[in-house]
Amino acid sequence: MQRFSAFSLFKHALSHHENWQRSWRNPEPKKHYDVIVVGGGGHGLATAYYLAKVHNVTNVAVIEKGYLGGGNTGRNTTIVRSNYLWDEAAHLYEHSLKLWESLSSELNYNVMFSQRGVLNLGHTLQDMRDIERRVSANRLNGIDGEVLDAAGVKKIVPHIDITSARRYPILGASWQPRGGVARHDAVAWGYARAADALGVDLLQACAVTGFELEGDQLRGVMTDRYGVIRAGRVGCVVAGNSGVLAGYGGFELPIESHPLQALVSEPIKPILNTVVMSNQVHGYVSQSDKGDLVIGAGIDSYTGYGQRGSMPVIEHTLAAMIELFPMFSRVPMNRQWGGIVDTTPDACPIIGKTPVENLYFNCGWGTGGFKATPGSGHVFADCLASDEIPVLAKPFALDRFYSGALIDEHGAAGVAH
Amino acid sequence: MLRIHCPYCQELRDEPEFHYCGEAHLARPEDPAGCSDTEWGTYLYFRRNPRGRHHEMWYHAAGCRRFFNVVRDTVTYNIEQTYAMGAQPAHDEAHE
Repeated sequence: MQRFSAFSLFKHALSHHENWQRSWRNPEPKKHYDVIVVGGGGHGLATAYYLAKVHNVTNVAVIEKGYLGGGNTGRNTTIVRSNYLWDEAAHLYEHSLKLWESLSSELNYNVMFSQRGVLNLGHTLQDMRDIERRVSANRLNGIDGEVLDAAGVKKIVPHIDITSARRYPILGASWQPRGGVARHDAVAWGYARAADALGVDLLQACAVTGFELEGDQLRGVMTDRYGVIRAGRVGCVVAGNSGVLAGYGGFELPIESHPLQALVSEPIKPILNTVVMSNQVHGYVSQSDKGDLVIGAGIDSYTGYGQRGSMPVIEHTLAAMIELFPMFSRVPMNRQWGGIVDTTPDACPIIGKTPVENLYFNCGWGTGGFKATPGSGHVFADCLASDEIPVLAKPFALDRFYSGALIDEHGAAGVAH
Repeated sequence: MLRIHCPYCQELRDEPEFHYCGEAHLARPEDPAGCSDTEWGTYLYFRRNPRGRHHEMWYHAAGCRRFFNVVRDTVTYNIEQTYAMGAQPAHDEAHE
């Protein structure tokens, strides 16, 4: 792999940037891999990268039915934070946030991680009590956080309307300065390039159509393009399609797939240098480096696999934005799209073993998986390499839905659905 | 936007009038205390999540305020039929 540096940039400038190496190969698959990762999004590619990098397992393939990072990795609103209420979730997301902080240099790829801070607004007294509680819990877990009053919010976001005349007045917020945004495509590309350099085969435009089972043991995966590819272990990281793949394995997951949509405005001059989220009016917004406002909100209430969202949800989302920023009312929206999120009953992921031997799942990240990309890949690589479930992932086992040990982040963590 | 035919009002109405209530035809176990953890967990948390034909319950919140069932395709979002609570869908071999 040619390393990116100021020197390489200068050198390639001399040949008009026409001789850059391809970022990754387009290999023919082998007959057998030690590990196959199904799903070439950020989480899957991160898993493959850490398998090769940390565990020295390099006979690895990533199988992707579309193109790399073309699913939810390329469809989210790129918010990164770790201010979750419960210890289990906070530890996992904080592990991820720490990896984010050195990710660009780790991958030699600029993922444009920008720690511009995340505000979670409170509009009612109960909101503020929940924020106090959550920030206190965060601090006990070593996660940065502050409780701000309305004036404190106004200081960070001068354009926000904090007057009490609003239907949902802003009383304050939680503030995580280490949170921020990253370039979503770059994360997938960075992991893909680094994994490929370590020998991982990235197989694109190849859908998994079933599992090759011997009793309750997994021997490989069936694909539409290359037939059966055998594997020692298989890890599925396929977000909204997790239920479909679990069906191939003959078991069920407590997951429902919903469309979650986002939209961007046309590019405007810099106006918002942080991330503003509100559970009460239900929306979140940041401004990309290109200048467009990146806006998201809730999932469609009904389940669905069509990668588009319903109009009433967009209307609701924009109403929320106008409530927070009346001045945005005349900003034209440019594009709108949907991704399929795999929601669990407790808004926490499912990581670990399945009823099928050698088959592992990492799913259920729901509406907030992007921020977890590095951490998710890191702990899932541990699972696949050693068959030992790492401490960080243990509470997220599938059996919590039978034992009752749910990690209820639904309303708790400023999770804006 | 979905347009849903309410089987009680006998009218085709817009999606915002309704609430989605999840999988249809769920039966609470007769003897909850006698359930194993697996049976109870399955009842509480595990829902069918098909890519395709789905039986689901809706609530006509801004209308007659009654629950009813819908058969909808989760990929095309086409609504095949709606029917009252307690009824079974018409022409429905696939439904278990």
